[in-house]
Amino acid sequence: MSKITRADVEYVAGLAQLRLDDAAKDCLVHEMGEIIGYMDQLNALNTDSVEPMMYALDMSNVFRQDVVEPWLTREEGLKNAPSHDGEYFIVPRILEVDEE
Amino acid sequence: MSTPWHAQTAHEIREAVASGAVSAVEVTQDHLDRIAAVDAKVDAYTQVWNEAALAQAAGVDAKRARGEALGPLAGVPVSLKELLNTRTGKTTCSSKILANFESPYDATVVKKMAAADAVFLGKVNMDEFAMGSSTENSAIKKTRNPWDLARVPGGSSGGSAASVAADTAVISLGSDTGGSIRQPAALCGCVGLKPTYGRVSRFGLTAFASSLDQIGPLTKDVRDAAIALNVLCGKDAHDATSVDLPVPDFTQALTGDVKGLRIGLPKEYFTDALSPAMREKVMGVVETLKGLGASVTEVSLPHTDYAVAVYYIICTAEASANLARFDGVRYGFRHPDARDAKELYILSKSEGFGPEVQRRIMLGTYVLSSGYYDAYYLKAQKVRALIKQDFDNAFQQCDVIITPTTPAPAFKFGEKTADPLEMYLSDIYTISVNLAALPGLSVPCGLLDGGLPASFQVIGKPFDEATVLRAAHAYEQAVPGIGKPAIA
Repeated sequence: MSKITRADVEYVAGLAQLRLDDAAKDCLVHEMGEIIGYMDQLNALNTDSVEPMMYALDMSNVFRQDVVEPWLTREEGLKNAPSHDGEYFIVPRILEVDEE
Repeated sequence: MSTPWHAQTAHEIREAVASGAVSAVEVTQDHLDRIAAVDAKVDAYTQVWNEAALAQAAGVDAKRARGEALGPLAGVPVSLKELLNTRTGKTTCSSKILANFESPYDATVVKKMAAADAVFLGKVNMDEFAMGSSTENSAIKKTRNPWDLARVPGGSSGGSAASVAADTAVISLGSDTGGSIRQPAALCGCVGLKPTYGRVSRFGLTAFASSLDQIGPLTKDVRDAAIALNVLCGKDAHDATSVDLPVPDFTQALTGDVKGLRIGLPKEYFTDALSPAMREKVMGVVETLKGLGASVTEVSLPHTDYAVAVYYIICTAEASANLARFDGVRYGFRHPDARDAKELYILSKSEGFGPEVQRRIMLGTYVLSSGYYDAYYLKAQKVRALIKQDFDNAFQQCDVIITPTTPAPAFKFGEKTADPLEMYLSDIYTISVNLAALPGLSVPCGLLDGGLPASFQVIGKPFDEATVLRAAHAYEQAVPGIGKPAIA
């Protein structure tokens, strides 16, 4: 029995903004079940007194002066946009379309 | 000159260019010819920049003609992994979602290599967004192992390793999140260095897992790795995680002297999971170094068995956050059918990302989701601390740790694609080094039966690349090389 259900896969796909077909869902139920099951071996360790390693280096805040430096021009910033008007990125309407 | 330029090392080429024995244009043309001759078989390159490369080389020659000082990589032909941002060509990450992306800027490492007078030949293949261990996850094409074209080059920097092994690049820049420089270097029989986290700026590297990613060189020998590291290191104002430490001249460490060097062998790495033939090769390295005056001691890294689980929680969690930026708004693929903003995100991602990337986004989203965060992500960070502590303890007793780089040599296409977990386990010897933020170097140590390269890994204390390079270089000087693949 997989640890991950089809409902789990559908819920997580919603969070991740992915649309999966039935075959992909079936596949992920199995694969995620196996991989998450493998990850569960960490439960064998008692880590109650261990401080989590939040980051790779023992570094705290890194500050710099807040000064404006030359960077991309507007043209460069827009050149890879799927749609733009020379000034702004253009996107489809933000309000959802009624499905009916 | 009997050895063709494409078969030479960076330090040999640099010397020849600097002395005027050859022009940078000649060396570059020789490499472009080599690409034309063999890359159809290997398929390492995704883009070859013929004109730009020759122009860059001509610039180096002009500099010499003017009597200006030449950089440490003058005239050395280099290939770049598809995820490094370059103003030249495209930066696709071997993904459909970035198939047409033209970066408006150069990554810091690209600028540094150019400033050192290196010549860029083009870009090389990888697993999509650096997720994979065989380069089979590329949306562009399959790259083959020059030693056996029926086998994978490793991954994710598979194109980098294959280009260096096939003599179609002298140095390649790759990136390593869980072994993505060292494992392909091992499978293709070249040298691969993952510097300490923070040594090299990640600015302009498309992020996969930000607390693990590090850029490094794949090279033909250890000296070239030291020279490339000299060029790549240093604090960068554009990457707050790059470290402001003095950068030594790493070539000074290449003394050949390992007398008194203490080598640690972690007992958890020399288990039944390791093929006997690979064990024999790695133990041969240890014997050679012992013969040169190093001492050997067994050390223990007791949390080794948990590393793969910790790694896949942390890297998928960080990837799911990093890849959220590919939303079809500012750059990248946009699905034409999207009617509103929500559909724009969903359709563009679902169509643009390949199966392994989607799998990792799903896993990362799951382990970060409400109710599971403490059980997975926080737990993994705690065990990550234990894994780092294991290394801290081991380094009380030794100066470097030596392990195999991979449990077995290059595998065949399709051999591990059906089972993602089995593919993940091919990185068992490299993953802990990223988790503990240490430097790791993979170096070839002979050919196995069947003619495939075997490699060992040297792991050092944080920011002690110098000792790692010294040990590997001493070994390399003491033994004959593994030769070149026939590419047939």
